[in-house]
Amino acid sequence: MVPLFDYNGRIIVFMSLKRTPLYAVHLRLGGRMVDFGGWEMPVQYSGILDEHRAVRTAAGLFDISHMGQASIGGPRAKVFLNNLLTNDINKLTVGHGQYTLMCNPQGGAIDDLIVYCVAPDRYWLIINASRAETDLAWIHTQLALFSGRDGVHLENYCGKFGAVALQGPRSRDLIDTCLTPNTATLSPTGPASRLVKNQIGSYLFKGGSVWAASTGYTGEDGFEIFAPSEKIESLWNDLMAAGAAVGIKPAGLGARDTLRTEAGYPLYGHELDEHTSPLEACLGRFVALGKSEFIGREVLVQQKEQGISKQLVGFKMTGKSAPPRPHYPIWTLGPEAAQIGRVVSGTQSPSLGIGIGMAYVPPSHAAPGTPLAVEIRGQMTPAVVVKRPIYKSPV
Amino acid sequence: MASNIPKNCRYAKSHEWLLAANGLATIGITDHAQHELTDVVFIELPVKGRILKAGETFAVVESVKTASDIYAPISGEITAVNDSLSSNPALVNTSPYDQGWLIKIKVSHPEEIETLLTPEAYAALIGG
Repeated sequence: MVPLFDYNGRIIVFMSLKRTPLYAVHLRLGGRMVDFGGWEMPVQYSGILDEHRAVRTAAGLFDISHMGQASIGGPRAKVFLNNLLTNDINKLTVGHGQYTLMCNPQGGAIDDLIVYCVAPDRYWLIINASRAETDLAWIHTQLALFSGRDGVHLENYCGKFGAVALQGPRSRDLIDTCLTPNTATLSPTGPASRLVKNQIGSYLFKGGSVWAASTGYTGEDGFEIFAPSEKIESLWNDLMAAGAAVGIKPAGLGARDTLRTEAGYPLYGHELDEHTSPLEACLGRFVALGKSEFIGREVLVQQKEQGISKQLVGFKMTGKSAPPRPHYPIWTLGPEAAQIGRVVSGTQSPSLGIGIGMAYVPPSHAAPGTPLAVEIRGQMTPAVVVKRPIYKSPV
Repeated sequence: MASNIPKNCRYAKSHEWLLAANGLATIGITDHAQHELTDVVFIELPVKGRILKAGETFAVVESVKTASDIYAPISGEITAVNDSLSSNPALVNTSPYDQGWLIKIKVSHPEEIETLLTPEAYAALIGG
C-alpha cells in the first residue's frame, strides 16, 4: 500500500480521495502522494529543490487535472459572468483568458480563477480544486437569481478533461513537437509556441483536439494544456520525451508552491479567503470597479475610498534563518515592538537560498523596504518587505 | 527503496540513531527519516554544554515544506555540534550516518542505551 501523507507530511487515513487520469503515471515516476483539496496528488518526485530548479532553468511538467472546470455559455452568459466576477469580461476577446475573482457581497474572495472565452458566448472557468464544490454551488445560486437565466447554460466540466502545465524557459521549444494547429476550427491559431500570454487555442494531438493556453502559476513562461481524460497520459509521455534533451522533470505540488511563492502569486486558503478582499490581497488590477454592478462591488468601492486595514506584502528574511511558515507572527522592530500580522505563505526560497513569504500587515507597514520581524519559535528574526515577484528569473 | 540501517547503531522510535563508544555517543537522524523529511534546508542546533534528558527536543530539522523536532534518544551533556550543517544542511540527506551527524553527548545514564531499538527492531518498525 502506498503511504498517504497530508500536505504537511503527516500520515493520514483518508479513504475517499479522488485520483486524476495521471495517477498511474505518478506512481510509476515515484511520486509521493498527498491529499490536496480532496485529491491524491504528487507533492514531489525527485525532490522539491530539483524540480524547482528544472522549472526555473529548463522545463517542468505538472499534473493540474485536479483543477475544477466549468463551462458557461449562451446569449446571456457574458452579462451573468460580469455580475459574478470582479474583472471586466467585456475586455476579453475570443481566444483569450483573464485572471479574475469571484466575491461574496461582503467583498470577500470566494475563489480566484481564470476565465477563458473559447468561442463567442462561450466561456470556460478554471477554478481551484479545493473550492470547486463551493464555487459551483455559489454559481448555481446566483444563476437561479439571474433574470436572464434561460439564456445561460452552466455545465460542470470537472473530471471531463485532464490537464497538464508545461512550465519553464524551454517550454516554447517543446510544445510544437506535440501539438499541431487545428485548422478545422473557426479561428485557427498558428503554432502553439506563438501563443501570447493568456491566449488559448485549439490544437491537434494524435488526431484529437486539445486546448492549450499560455498561462501558468510558476512565474515562468509556459502552457496549460487541456485534453480529454483518455488522451492525457499519452500527452504527458510525449511532452516528457520531447523535453528529455533539455532536462524536463515531472514536478509536484511542493515545487508548484515554492515557485508560486517566489512569484508572489496567491494560493486560495493562504492569501485569499472569504474574509479577505481582492484589494487587501493587492489584486486591485483584476477588479474593475468602473464596470457595471457586480457582487461585492459596494464594499470594494468603500474599501477603495476609505482604505483597507490589512494588506498583503511579500517579505524576505535578511539573513540565514529557519524558513518562515504560515501562521508565524509578524512584529514591528524596536523597543515598542508589536505584533501586526501573520505569515500566510512561507518557505525557503530554492532560488534565493533564504526564507521568503507573504504576510498580511497594516498598510502603514506595507512599503517595500520596511523592516519587520518574523517570530520563529519565539525568536524575533529580521525580515524586510519586498516587492512581488519576490524572485524573477533573469530574462 | 530499502533504508540503510547500520548494525552498529541503536535507534529511537522517533527515528534518531545513536552510536555509543567509551561513554560518548553520536546522534543523528536515520536514512528513513531523511528520506521522509525530503530536502533539508535548515537545521537549528543546540549549544554545546546543554544537558539533555531522554525524550527532550534538541534540534529542529527543516525541509522545504515542514519543520520537524528531533528528540534526544538518551540523557547526557552536549559535547559537540556539527557546525558544517549550518552551511550544508543537505549533508543530513546525503550522509545521514556520517557527515550528517547532529550532536555528540557525554552519556549520563548508560543504561538508557539498552532501552533503544536494535537495528532489527528498527527495521521492523519502519517496515523495511
